[in-house]
Amino acid sequence: MRTEMQAQFQYRAATYMYLLGMVAEPVIYLVVWSTIADQSGGAVGGLTAGQFAAYYIVWTLVRTMNIVFTPYGWEWRIREGQLSGQLLRPLHPIHYDVAQFAGGKIPWLVYYLPIAAILTVVFHPTFDVRPAEIVVFAVAIWGAYLIRTFNQSALGLVTFWTTRVGALFSLYIVLELLLSGRLLPLTLMPGWVQTLAWLLPFRWTFYFPIEALVGDLSNAELLAGLGMQLFWTLIGIGIFSLVWRHAIRRYTAVGN
Amino acid sequence: MTTIRVALLHLRIGVMNDLQYRVNFALQVLQSLLAVAVGLIVFQLVFSHTTELNGWTHDELLALLGVQAVMAGVIHSVIQPNMMRLTEEVQEGKLDHALVKPVDAQMLVSVREVQLWQAVDVLIGGVIIGFALARIGGDLSVLDTLAFGVALLFGAVLLYCFWLVLATGSFWVVRMWFLPELFEGIFQTGRWPVGIYPDWLRFGITFLVPIAFAITVPAEAVTSRLDWKTLTFAAVFTVAAFAFSRWFWRFGLRRYSGASA
Repeated sequence: MRTEMQAQFQYRAATYMYLLGMVAEPVIYLVVWSTIADQSGGAVGGLTAGQFAAYYIVWTLVRTMNIVFTPYGWEWRIREGQLSGQLLRPLHPIHYDVAQFAGGKIPWLVYYLPIAAILTVVFHPTFDVRPAEIVVFAVAIWGAYLIRTFNQSALGLVTFWTTRVGALFSLYIVLELLLSGRLLPLTLMPGWVQTLAWLLPFRWTFYFPIEALVGDLSNAELLAGLGMQLFWTLIGIGIFSLVWRHAIRRYTAVGN
Repeated sequence: MTTIRVALLHLRIGVMNDLQYRVNFALQVLQSLLAVAVGLIVFQLVFSHTTELNGWTHDELLALLGVQAVMAGVIHSVIQPNMMRLTEEVQEGKLDHALVKPVDAQMLVSVREVQLWQAVDVLIGGVIIGFALARIGGDLSVLDTLAFGVALLFGAVLLYCFWLVLATGSFWVVRMWFLPELFEGIFQTGRWPVGIYPDWLRFGITFLVPIAFAITVPAEAVTSRLDWKTLTFAAVFTVAAFAFSRWFWRFGLRRYSGASA
């Protein structure tokens, strides 16, 4: 974790450029929805431009926390035979992934703060936060990180059978865009989509953490959300280890 | 003349090379269709809450989305692969191989790579534009069609100049791995008309990153809302940008010192 932290601090300029590219996504959504809110007399689906701003500024932080080792990383690792060395270590490779990307979060958080400050000045968000919400948010972003890590790692293991994972991963991202609140606050979606989103893991990696901070959830709802995150983390770990046990038998590497 | 022949030959080799990998074509089609599907769903969501966005109707925005897809195809198949290869060769000191050839070096570094299957987006974008125009109805005048073609050409050249300037930056800043991510993020702003963005951002994606010229202007042409002043300005800007990027490329090249020589 420490090594990754230091590595990320070293290449500041490059990391910042990368972040700038990432920030474009929420800024576009934000501009589109605030335009519509302004056009329709101040609010869309009960959300004002200020609330959209708050939603997408927190979105950016959640997205930063949500950066995990991708299926492409697994694809590379498996295709190139890089996994051999990692298998020899005493701990399961996933431990290193979780720790490495978690370590990256602290520098990213430092980089995020000025961006959030600029966005706040430009887009005037409306915030109304209770202390309990901050606490839940601080926990929930790590819950989101774990759920996403295990989902994507399980997806990455598919490479043991196919050696190509791009198409499947694209499908995953589309589902996530639509059902997690990444594209837009889920309350703007049709009713049946909201119901569907409740039953799937995606919602707990974006919408719930964001809503915990900027929304108006009761304490019971906040706790229930954390419970759901725990539930999906466990499911994720379960699926990942199940697939892993079958997949690792198929692994053969040449050389090294 | 020789320059053009050499360029075409390089492109042909690239195309033939990619034709060997047909499964990649199917994968690319799938990924492009998914991206289009998301774009369409977003439009449905947006227009379930409003009837127009900044003066653009649903079908007009659809044409804009088509133009964005066409440009994405052009960038991903020709411009970006060549420019990324350029930055890598500068980093590793391998650019000498291109520099010693007896043709113009800028031309050569711009045509060595082709990712044919990425050009699927050009086709998909074309279909979207056609579909949007059919829904808008009314005849497109010859003049508008011509303006559209010219605007597309200017747009593509501008995007190329922009990428060349960025890639030339690698003569000073060696690590450029973040370029595609950065560009991709900013390029997504092109899915919407530039008019909706706040002033500072509109200025940025018009003059710093030429997205307004590359996407909004052609889309304005094809939806018959372009005036000649804008198109003339685009032409002047394109010529200026091309001259600048060529000067900048030569300026950067002087800083290059090879590793293999």
